[in-house]
Amino acid sequence: MEEMHVLLRNRGKIIPTDAKSYMSVGGYVALKKALSMEGADIIQVLKDAGLRGRGGAGFPTYLKLQFAYNTESDEKYIVCNADEGEPGTNKDRVLLSEDPNSIFEGMAIAAKAIGAHKGFIYLRSEYPYIRPILIEALESARQAGCLGKNILGSGYDFDIELHSGAGAYVCGEETALFESIEGNRGEPRYRPPYPGTKGLFGKPTALNNVETLANIPPILLNGAEWYRSIGSPNSPGTKLFTVCGNVNKRGVFEFPMGVNLKDILYDVCGGVADGELLAVQTGGSSGAIINPDQIDLPLDIDHVSASGGRLGCGTILVINDKNCVVDIVKNNLDFFRSESCGQCTTCREGGTRLYELICHISSGKGTLKDIETIKDLANTMRVSALCGLGHSTAVPVLSSLQNFEEVYNRHLDGNDCSICGHDRGY
Amino acid sequence: MVNITIDGQKLQVPEGVTILEAARTANINIPTLCYHEDQKIKSVCRICAVEVEGQRLLQAACSYPVAEGMVIRTSTPTVLNARKNNLELLLAHHPQDCLVCGKNGRCELQKLTQDLNMNKPLRYEVETRGFPIDDSSPCITRDPNKCILCTRCVEACNEVQTVGTFSKQNRGYETVVVTPYDKKTVDTPCVGCGQCVQVCPVGALTIHDDTDRIYKELVGGKILVAQVAPSVRVTIAEALGEDPGTISPGRLVTAMKKLGFHQVFDSDFSADLTIMEEGYELLDRIKNGGTLPMITSCCPGWVKFCETFSPKELDHLSSAKSPQQMFGAVIKTYYAEKAGVDPKDICSISIMPCTAKKFECLRPEFHDSGYQDVDISLTVVELANMIKAAGINFKELEETPFDTPFGLGSGAGEIFGATGGVMEAALRTVYEVITGKELPRLDFTEVRGVEGLKEAVIDIDGLEVKVAVVHSLSNARDMLRKVRAGKADYHFIEVMACPGGCVGGGGTPVRSWKKVKARLDAAYELDKQLPIRKSHENPAIKEIYAEFLGEPLSEKAHHLLHTSYISRKDLLS
Repeated sequence: MEEMHVLLRNRGKIIPTDAKSYMSVGGYVALKKALSMEGADIIQVLKDAGLRGRGGAGFPTYLKLQFAYNTESDEKYIVCNADEGEPGTNKDRVLLSEDPNSIFEGMAIAAKAIGAHKGFIYLRSEYPYIRPILIEALESARQAGCLGKNILGSGYDFDIELHSGAGAYVCGEETALFESIEGNRGEPRYRPPYPGTKGLFGKPTALNNVETLANIPPILLNGAEWYRSIGSPNSPGTKLFTVCGNVNKRGVFEFPMGVNLKDILYDVCGGVADGELLAVQTGGSSGAIINPDQIDLPLDIDHVSASGGRLGCGTILVINDKNCVVDIVKNNLDFFRSESCGQCTTCREGGTRLYELICHISSGKGTLKDIETIKDLANTMRVSALCGLGHSTAVPVLSSLQNFEEVYNRHLDGNDCSICGHDRGY
Repeated sequence: MVNITIDGQKLQVPEGVTILEAARTANINIPTLCYHEDQKIKSVCRICAVEVEGQRLLQAACSYPVAEGMVIRTSTPTVLNARKNNLELLLAHHPQDCLVCGKNGRCELQKLTQDLNMNKPLRYEVETRGFPIDDSSPCITRDPNKCILCTRCVEACNEVQTVGTFSKQNRGYETVVVTPYDKKTVDTPCVGCGQCVQVCPVGALTIHDDTDRIYKELVGGKILVAQVAPSVRVTIAEALGEDPGTISPGRLVTAMKKLGFHQVFDSDFSADLTIMEEGYELLDRIKNGGTLPMITSCCPGWVKFCETFSPKELDHLSSAKSPQQMFGAVIKTYYAEKAGVDPKDICSISIMPCTAKKFECLRPEFHDSGYQDVDISLTVVELANMIKAAGINFKELEETPFDTPFGLGSGAGEIFGATGGVMEAALRTVYEVITGKELPRLDFTEVRGVEGLKEAVIDIDGLEVKVAVVHSLSNARDMLRKVRAGKADYHFIEVMACPGGCVGGGGTPVRSWKKVKARLDAAYELDKQLPIRKSHENPAIKEIYAEFLGEPLSEKAHHLLHTSYISRKDLLS
């Protein structure tokens, strides 16, 4: 199966830190075009193209821009969320290190659309080697007149400031990210107000994922119709997928939206490594865990959502039968409870209690009553936590309970699991 | 206005109000926990969850604004279950010793547990944080194990007071509110104002309890001589369940006599004494080129704040002691002599609206009588607890006047508890002393009210006296900045640490601005009712100068009624 490279078109072909090199392959032409357009028209193109956010939630990109566009303010911001924190996910890393100018260009176009003159890139702290690449690339883009004052001779000013995170997963949540840039504890804000009206430093802000922004230049250049010809009707375009876990060929691949999970797993990645397929988790730790009967699944935003999971950032964790689903969930919960910001009751307390309950199950001491408590608590977390981190904590738990009921039952009432093992309990 | 439906009831409410506010207009009480009417919306406890039609998630009523056509359900099984589940999580991480907790019966978590009908054993093992109780401060007691992380104290201390004693540390389940570098409270810049205690919904922050010390003294054979601060008489009844603003000086004295206090004096007297000393000091500074503006020094929270954050400005502080400490020095000297008792046999007790007064008592400077001038300072809340414990039916008590010779106070002393009150009292006296003429009007309404900064210019015989009044330490900090920059173009500034002044103090019953305003009204009402409304006309004041002190600012007055300050900058490092 052939990949389709729209976002990865320049991978390995240009000098990533050199804006001129990017320009030699058609870079910043889309920006040039956007600079002569009205903001509303740029937003209209993105609306027609049907671009949806690639960070996890799949929110229509044009709407985010529209909200910020509609809000009157002396200052507006574009923020690039490069805090790629979802475990196992590496797709933004590829774009950031191989084609940073495509992101800058996307940001500049979005900035022109809403009338922003300043952008921020919030870079994951665990990507320290990307920092110098971005610094050099930003400087090169300024030298080439693509950033800074009077970009591309248009009279429009736009520049980008680079910020590094400090290792908190929750800072990938947009409002926690704002708090972090502002120098505060990385805690999500309640909403509304939404970032489009009151975001970074209280100003209208459009925040987008790296991959989303990288989609914008090709859309502007080739048009909405072209874009819609790729992918599926509800999710046009291509998607970067990070395939990881027990699979023969791991990596970041680009396919049109709607590609079948089964094809990625077997045709592209050479099947399961070291055993038989036990489960797949899509969308990172906050995604659903599905069983082998469920993998004939078109990977676009709505299809995956309809199956109870989420496409999220497009991460595919392949799990072989040397693992135990309860153990995997335990691992997920350990991650979420330690990454909870601690602000809201639901996530702070609930995350740890869920983890404790699952540990109880995995150690063979659990009962049916514990399963009931887990379901009740997870359902409360899914609907009443303050931010997405709390809501997501419940997803692997509830999906695995649904898709692997017999596995849970096997652990109850003193029964031993050879994989979880009593000694690996808490 | 927008049209919304709450629980089937159609309503018109102003656009932009929250679901919580809208529901209240329809007599629907959505339960809350982190929400506080005087504070910013926090939206973290998730107790006020409600359903909004068309939304997958429950929304927090405290923060979610209504919109046209919104359909809200506040008590569906899903909503009630989510509330109970979140509350259960909090309870499982909270000590279970409610029956012997200082907040028992006044705890918002406890009330919520009743309201939500939590009647089943917790499904989780109870875990507490295992922190030691921090009883190091003479003013407040901290039990971090009881904290539910609403962060009201953080806002009160960091934003309202800009002291910065509390902040959050760690993440997730390990999150905790701590002092800088985990120091004991006594070693932090905490000024002891108790505004954190005022907003803490649970037993994590409480007033340092000194009631046991009183009981000990009651059987120890000492003469218990008490002074009662002006604002106590407008808050004690409230602390015992009556309406905010209820005035009850007579019943208060009766109750204290029943408790076994031998002498109950009125701190209005020493407030008047403060006005005499402070007023003459101001005149002296104006006439003889002293440091101006002069700033009041009766508030111990403010004094410690200035000592800690701005020691270079200490020469602006009036050297006059606070009314509490003036009275303390007078009781163990003048009064002891007059009553023919040995000062060492006196236990001097103050009843205050204030937690910081407990710290003030311990300042080594305040031993001018040869003993610790005030031995124990109790808050209104502690006194109310003693009254309750003694089975006294406060509501039905007859009235008893304060004891002589310090039972008479002026209206000027009476309003010391209100922001602007000290200023107004001082102006009444300073005007008449300078001009020798009677004031045409007694009420300086320019310095009344709850605005953060109040200013006035008073023409005193051609001298334009410029004054300013600030309350809450964030406003005091702004004022200090102006003083430092030489831009505080005033002669006299009144500063009170607590928002609203002493009637909003850390030792008063749980405050809200609504209640504080009722207390303020009561203080001004009392002032109006009193026959004497100027400090210098108080006969007890005339008497003590004639018999004992000589004149304001005399050597004796200096020895007993004035003090000095130290830098506490080291508390910041």
